[in-house]
Amino acid sequence: MSHSEHQSFWQKYIFSVDHKVIGCQYALTGLVFLFFGFCLMMLMRWQLAFPGEPLPVIGGLFSDTTMPGGVMLPEFYNSLGAMHGTIMVFLGVVPLAVGGFGNYLVPLQIGAPDMAFPKLNAASYWCYFVGGVVMFASFFVPGGAANSGWTSYPPLSDIATMGQTFWLFGMVALITSSLLGSVNFIVTIVHLRARGLSFFRLPFFVWAQFVTSFLLLLAFPPLEVAGVLQLMDRLAGSSFFLPSGLVISGTPLGVSGGGSPLLWQHLFWFLAHPEVYVLILPAIGIVTEIIVNNTRKPLYGYKTMVYSVLFLGFMSFVVWAHHMFMTGMGTTMSNFFQATTMIISIPSVVILTVLILTLWGGSIRFTVPMHFALAFLPMFAIGGLTGLPLGLTASDIPLHDTYYVIGHFHYVVAPGTLLALFGGVYYWYPKVTGRMMNEKLGKIHFWGSFLCLNGIFMPMFIQGLAGVSRRLYMPTVYAHAEAVQGTNVFMSYSAWILGLVQLIFIFNFFRSLKKGKKVESDNPWQATTLEWATPTPPPHGNFLQEPEVYRGPYEYSPPGRTEDFWPQNEEK
Amino acid sequence: MNSSIYGWHLPPNVSAHGAAIDQLIHVVHWFMIALFIGWGIFLLYTLIRFRERPGRTASYESAKSKLPKLVEISVVLFEVFLLIGLSIPIWSKVKNEFPPAADSLVVRVVAQQFVWNIHYPGPDRLFGKSDPSLISDSNALGIDWNDPNAKDDIASINQFHFPVNKPVIVYLSSKDVIHSFAIPVLRVKQDAIPGMRIPVWFEAVQTGQFEIACAQLCGVGHTLMKGYVSIDTPEEFENWVKEQEAAKNL
Repeated sequence: MSHSEHQSFWQKYIFSVDHKVIGCQYALTGLVFLFFGFCLMMLMRWQLAFPGEPLPVIGGLFSDTTMPGGVMLPEFYNSLGAMHGTIMVFLGVVPLAVGGFGNYLVPLQIGAPDMAFPKLNAASYWCYFVGGVVMFASFFVPGGAANSGWTSYPPLSDIATMGQTFWLFGMVALITSSLLGSVNFIVTIVHLRARGLSFFRLPFFVWAQFVTSFLLLLAFPPLEVAGVLQLMDRLAGSSFFLPSGLVISGTPLGVSGGGSPLLWQHLFWFLAHPEVYVLILPAIGIVTEIIVNNTRKPLYGYKTMVYSVLFLGFMSFVVWAHHMFMTGMGTTMSNFFQATTMIISIPSVVILTVLILTLWGGSIRFTVPMHFALAFLPMFAIGGLTGLPLGLTASDIPLHDTYYVIGHFHYVVAPGTLLALFGGVYYWYPKVTGRMMNEKLGKIHFWGSFLCLNGIFMPMFIQGLAGVSRRLYMPTVYAHAEAVQGTNVFMSYSAWILGLVQLIFIFNFFRSLKKGKKVESDNPWQATTLEWATPTPPPHGNFLQEPEVYRGPYEYSPPGRTEDFWPQNEEK
Repeated sequence: MNSSIYGWHLPPNVSAHGAAIDQLIHVVHWFMIALFIGWGIFLLYTLIRFRERPGRTASYESAKSKLPKLVEISVVLFEVFLLIGLSIPIWSKVKNEFPPAADSLVVRVVAQQFVWNIHYPGPDRLFGKSDPSLISDSNALGIDWNDPNAKDDIASINQFHFPVNKPVIVYLSSKDVIHSFAIPVLRVKQDAIPGMRIPVWFEAVQTGQFEIACAQLCGVGHTLMKGYVSIDTPEEFENWVKEQEAAKNL
């Protein structure tokens, strides 16, 4: 470790085994993919707002197989849709939330010099990188990128163009990356906690990452298997997901058959529902850290939060089939899954209540990260509440596969998780760089994002209630969709303005590296957890001396102290 | 078709079971709105009252009140009511309690990229045999027209006629990929899955012309996979059947 100053640029910044460098690599790559995935959506929003009209200026840059004369082809629209979902979830949010924040913060918050397996950590990042390259490259293969939705339901995906094969190879790489990462997190948290740092003294963010890691470890292998089976169907002529007697465009499909399309859906959603919690739990962790720090008082119910998140993680494995209510499942199955779905809402309500009650009696600082963390609460509430009519089978009948679903999960993931992640960037930026991000630009970024995100997603509930199906290239085809077409125009303008607002963030992010206000201490937010006990930025190996922990993570405003915070590692 | 019936609200309901579903949607939404506004007001009040001010410090002690527990418990109880009181009974009725086939119109609907094929058994109530090897441009369902049961069968593309006030049972399947058979005004939605034959039933209570939408991405023409529902009076329906028989024998 002491040799870090002799490392070449490549060793230090590219093929590093330092968890902080890997964390930054994950975070930056994740942010780039988030913006790229969002660009795909901004393109789609042109087609949705002005169906069939040529896209001015930018439209001319595209090939004749995607947007001839600037008019989007339906196959390109389907590719954009499938890849938007895939990129945002697997290449954007998870790498940023788990790979980025998790990698950077978990060893610091538990007082460890690094992750338990630094080389495995680097391997995890490079698997992710390969997955990203494969996904990106798929846009340039004949037939374009995968176009069967991010859910890739067979038989459609089995008979789709070459892009789907790339998608599957990409997914196998991404899942491998997540598995390597999750094992590393679990071992690190169990084994490398500082002296005195018992489980119930862990910052809540670490708990969130701990549960997230178990979800990744247990939920991803089924999808990896499913991905390999689908590859076999596509490349080796097997028919795991193909029933007998398929007739495609009037021609019988020459396969043995006997497979089940629903098998894929079960395997996919067995991953993809816990995946929702992989997206949201790190965000809840970040929000908790920011809210407690800016409220200057202890978390209202630390143990309640921990038990809730454990219960949430467990329950997330027994709700997957609520994505499949319309596949013709029997009432016993559907009653079981709607009951578990109602049960899983309880810990979410508890977590939200705890966070709101933490504010009561505090001395609330409205910093930029606090803006984002506070906005998370009502956004997550909307996302959670709108899950109710979808989780109840009867009301799901008209709402299933409509824009209501899109609105629901985007409220959880976009105005919910993404706002939290942005808050996290503003909050830990001074620890990573030694400088603060500009506050005024941060507040413009916050209000712009907050308003535009609601401008995009709130109208989706109107569209969904009106019966508009998702994934429609030409929404105006149906009379009930034509009646709400005005909302599409409004949503598209909101999306494009949101894109502009992100430029402010990008500008602020890079400008502050050089011009941001320098932090005056290692602990600029006067926080209590261990990551603030390191030098700024933390060197390879993190702590100057091995930290010891004397108390819980959130000792703010304890009676009898002059300062309103009591760091975990200070004996007196 | 009168498109002014659609707007920023649920599509009009013309099915016998739809009213109960609509009621559940309304109840859930009022509950959600009430809860959200309650939370929102409490959150804003807390933020204003406990904002950082000179001379005030945060209290180390947590708020002590039974109210949050009461709210949580009432949320849980209300969810139990939604589940057991409304959702499960409606779902069981729609998915389990099929009307007797003898009193119903029974049809097959076979989805394919990107049309809806509707197969009527005719007055003998028996479907003619169908075989994938017989599928051709003029016989999308592969019906064996030499089968005696097929003599009075009718095959229709994208035009789904049925009489009002009579239960309809649809056996839904697909030839190629997964589609989803959605008729918004009837509160009907069911995936059509190749290799499976899934029954759906409904009863229309009002005549009119409406649309069938495909609700599951099924390929490049997904958006254009639109069919039409015509809910006829019994006389209109009989006339339509006769017209179809006549057209078939030409």
